[in-house]
Amino acid sequence: MSDYEHYEALVVGAGPGGAAAAATFANYGIETLVLERGVEAGSKNVSGGLIYAEESAPYTIDDLFPGFREAAAERPITKYRIHNIAGDKVESFDLTDLHEHDTEWSDSVLRRKMDSWLEDRVHERTRETGGGLLTGVHVNGLLREEGRIVGVTLDELDPITADIIVAADGVNSELARDAGLMDWDEPDEWFQGVKAVVDMPEDTIADRFDVAEDEGAAHLFSGDLFEGVRGGGFLYTNRDTLSLGTVFHLDSLVAEQAEPHELLDGLLTHPLLAQWLGDDYTELEYSAKLVPDSKKVALREPHFGRLLLVGDAAGQMQAQGPIIKGMNHAVTAGALAAESYAQAKSRNEPEKAGTRYARKLRNEGVMKKLRPRGYELLRGVAEDDGVTNVVDTVLTSAVGRAGVRALSGRLERLYNVPTLSALMPDTRTPYVTLPTVIAEELGTRVRDESSVTPPDLEARIGGLTYDTDIGSPHITLRDESYEASGAAVAACPVSAVDFGGGCYREEVVRTNGSEERVVSLDTQPCVECGTCAVVADTDWSHPRGDKGVEFKWG
Amino acid sequence: MHMVVLTKGVPDFREGQVSFDEDGHLERGKTPTVMNPNDRFALEAALQTRVRHGGRVSVMSMGPPGYKEVLQEAMETVYADDLHLVSDREMAAADTWATAITLSAGIETLGEPDVVFAGFKTADGETGHTGPQTNWCLDMPLVTHVISLDIDEEAGTLRAKRLVEGDIEEIETVETELPAFVVADPEFEPSYRTAGERLTLKDLREETRARAQNYEEHLTVRDHADINVDPDYIGLDGSPTIVSSVDPIPKAPAEREATMVDPDDTGAMQDVLTAMQSAVGDGDAGDAAAAGGD
Repeated sequence: MSDYEHYEALVVGAGPGGAAAAATFANYGIETLVLERGVEAGSKNVSGGLIYAEESAPYTIDDLFPGFREAAAERPITKYRIHNIAGDKVESFDLTDLHEHDTEWSDSVLRRKMDSWLEDRVHERTRETGGGLLTGVHVNGLLREEGRIVGVTLDELDPITADIIVAADGVNSELARDAGLMDWDEPDEWFQGVKAVVDMPEDTIADRFDVAEDEGAAHLFSGDLFEGVRGGGFLYTNRDTLSLGTVFHLDSLVAEQAEPHELLDGLLTHPLLAQWLGDDYTELEYSAKLVPDSKKVALREPHFGRLLLVGDAAGQMQAQGPIIKGMNHAVTAGALAAESYAQAKSRNEPEKAGTRYARKLRNEGVMKKLRPRGYELLRGVAEDDGVTNVVDTVLTSAVGRAGVRALSGRLERLYNVPTLSALMPDTRTPYVTLPTVIAEELGTRVRDESSVTPPDLEARIGGLTYDTDIGSPHITLRDESYEASGAAVAACPVSAVDFGGGCYREEVVRTNGSEERVVSLDTQPCVECGTCAVVADTDWSHPRGDKGVEFKWG
Repeated sequence: MHMVVLTKGVPDFREGQVSFDEDGHLERGKTPTVMNPNDRFALEAALQTRVRHGGRVSVMSMGPPGYKEVLQEAMETVYADDLHLVSDREMAAADTWATAITLSAGIETLGEPDVVFAGFKTADGETGHTGPQTNWCLDMPLVTHVISLDIDEEAGTLRAKRLVEGDIEEIETVETELPAFVVADPEFEPSYRTAGERLTLKDLREETRARAQNYEEHLTVRDHADINVDPDYIGLDGSPTIVSSVDPIPKAPAEREATMVDPDDTGAMQDVLTAMQSAVGDGDAGDAAAAGGD
């Protein structure tokens, strides 16, 4: 055995999954080291913005961190609506029942504030075990001895060994990829979200959303306002800001060559939003994130040797129509992973922590939520292009439209049935066609006019804080041909066709009379979302600790 | 381990802070006093030693009562345990020799430290004498221009990498017995390659935050009697150096003619391009400029 620094438990990533794992390890008195690459926990994190405490969950964030809601969250979400949009016609359904199904509470959050609050508590509790939490430290891979995982390698520190390693290092987990448990191959396994945090005084929020101090609203948007790209929009009220964003299937973004920031603008400038955004739009931060589609990628056995994966790193992000839950599953998984190790160790079989963890995910019902059985069964039929075409043809025909009208009284109720959301196939039918037809047939016209002028991409990038690792870019292009990597020019949330200030640009190289379309990359504006790892041919890693983008809101 | 770090308050020479009169003399009254920038490296070296080996860090300075805040700054940087100011009128106007006598006497009142650290040159005097001269009085092994440092507590030795003649191109490794006197080079870089070290650092930062607020409780001020030195050997009386006058150095004339160009002036920028092209002598400059222009 080499003479490496050793901790009993190592947690990589100080988001909610890592925090839950660390707190649980600490509760069992296990020496725990937590490593976070951001300058502060939360500075690398983006989420749409709602965290749930599910009644059926064995662990919730406020169980593990008392006082969480008061100190780290924004507002309880008490109103939940979805808006079906076709042009300026809108039909809105109240989804509060769906939102409250199995929900103990649900709060809007901003990740910098939330995760940095967790950081202090995690450090305090793990320090008592002889470990602690360090920021600015980038774990870049697994350390193996004789083929077995024994620890991690890092940019800033010498390798560290551990008896158990919890990878809570997010959607682009380098540990999950090093272990061969995850890849970046298929665009249809991922969503990409972009978000704007918008300034709004508390009393304006109270007026425009009709919410009291301890209330908040969530609005979802779907229909024809996103150029046919499969996905939707959201608006959540925070304490004195709003989180507005759009989330799309990555394969659909690529197929339509859509620009994510323009789709976001499509939402921001829609007349329906004028009532909430008014004429004083101030964007505080633009951000982006890749989101795993748990239906397809949530690992049934998220472990390998001493390595346990939790949260986005394990694909544990439930995005099923209007049900969008990620952080709560990360919290549950993190706590279950730590508990599994503690129990396996007490039975003198620590090597069984992984199988025990996977079993708990099944027995506690987590896997059933992440990978609904109904979806698996229906997927083969429902996601067949032929079937989608037929369904869409029927739906948009007079017959379908008559059906929608006939159902009108019951549609809202159907939308509120959780099992139906879980069944939703990944086709344009539920994302685009159905909401459009509903709005066309049942909707009312919005009379407001939007006066919102969102900042352009250059201003959005200019508003972000970066500590650029000059001279050592964290992403390099393996294949700069347009065929291999050109999709990134549009799909990258901080790049755009004909925009020279982004990460990816298309260039034409003329040599000896021939012309070649190539792609060039400048990682300076990178928001570390991982989109290009999927849609382009890259060598992708996170920047070194403390380097790269620093989100102030998240 | 007991470490003592020497520091000095100097005028803040940064632009916007420093103030000169018409004759080019520094206006001390209008220029804030800060910790000598090079002392940061001595403090970093002491901090690294403390993180790795534990122990206590004392920071000492000679100067007027106003240097207390400089010591506070040093405490925040090095997470020092205690601060020491040797200060009285008899010490005023000391040259490096008189200062060295005073500081060495001050250090001796603290017992027998394992390592004394000093920075390389002060921003005002620029002599680089005070550290080595202080050590001449203390008579310990002296290692200057130190850029990295390892201590073997069991063997009682210190191993350092140092720049030979202050040249970054030439580095030697030297080893000496403790106690020793270390002058840290501005190229000194602390290294914390284990999680344990970084966690200790974090603990120290946390502890110091409270301590630095009430730094005066951790500060001892001593006069010449306290450190047991004869007033004839310190201050102006003890200084063999005589500064006859200070003359401003005239600015060297620019050797090249420069023309200011407004980057928004397309015509002028085109002229620059043409000039560059003719300087290079072929068409490459034009292509390069065009490629970089989008």
